[in-house]
Amino acid sequence: MIVRILGEGQFQVDADAAARLTALDAELDAAVEKHDETAFRAALGAAVGLVRELGTTVPDDTFVTADYILPFSDASVDEVRKLLADGTIPGDSIGRP
Amino acid sequence: MSVMKRVSLIFRAKANKALDRMEDPRETLDYSYQQQVEMLTRVRRGVADVATSRKRVELQMNSLQKEVDRRDGQARDALSKGREDLARAALQNKASLQGQLNDLQGQYANLQEQEEKLTLASQRLQSKVDAFRTRKETIKATYTAAEAQTRINEAFSGISEEMGDVGLAIQRAEDKTAQMQARAGAIDELLASGALEDHVSGPQDAIQAELDKLGADHSIEAELAQMKGELSAGSTPQLEASANGDSSGSEATQAAERPQAGDGS
Repeated sequence: MIVRILGEGQFQVDADAAARLTALDAELDAAVEKHDETAFRAALGAAVGLVRELGTTVPDDTFVTADYILPFSDASVDEVRKLLADGTIPGDSIGRP
Repeated sequence: MSVMKRVSLIFRAKANKALDRMEDPRETLDYSYQQQVEMLTRVRRGVADVATSRKRVELQMNSLQKEVDRRDGQARDALSKGREDLARAALQNKASLQGQLNDLQGQYANLQEQEEKLTLASQRLQSKVDAFRTRKETIKATYTAAEAQTRINEAFSGISEEMGDVGLAIQRAEDKTAQMQARAGAIDELLASGALEDHVSGPQDAIQAELDKLGADHSIEAELAQMKGELSAGSTPQLEASANGDSSGSEATQAAERPQAGDGS
């Protein structure tokens, strides 16, 4: 599975790591839902640490989209909520004819 | 749905939307490449902006550190003159300045981190863009328009995700820099107007004024004592000095002799 950490690029992780990530993702989701900054940072820190440790960097000449995208390692709940709510990513002109 | 999945879908939706607007898949490649080069320029400018902001904070930290040291010196000076009240006030101001300095140090570390991250993002994008350029030419040379479609979509979606990532990183750095600049601007103004001193110690640095006064009092006392000593020891030294015979010598001699004449009458 391919995972991107925003600001750090893409990583290939195996099925075992992917399963652990999915569990952490549930924690992230609950923390965002409850606006629990402490729980969010703990889950994000664990997820980012896991991917950095167990993942292998996807080579530059491989063009793939990630299955999972983790927020910036120091992101806040507000930042993630905003991204999820308005869904806009800067550089929208990319590919516009 | 999970956070990580939702974020990835947002990125994908964006790439798909852009792809849908493309009529000729091969044009997509060239157009996308143009955008990538522009994005590289943007991210490099972003790195430079953060660096400028960081340097400005560094200068401010130096200024604040000097103020902190000055207060420390004042406190020692006051204590040596037996003025514990002034020393206390100076230390209170020092603590307040130190608080601002610590705050700036935190901001500085943050900017440094942003700068490093953005530099890495810039390097990563550069490598991706180089690889994309090669891929683009391969696709154009090897495949017919129909065959190329899938490969173009892959390359485009992949680079689009990278571009979105870097775009977000630039936006973040810009936000942090803007916050920092607002604060830095306020501190610059305070330092320039001397209001930072006013703010922490009252107008015109009351502590320094008091210490200066103590210092002046002390030197006046010393001068008085010296004069008294000279007078009581007689005017011999002044007479010796004027005996060297310059033009004002006779006047000085007369002036020095007057008190004696007065004493004699």
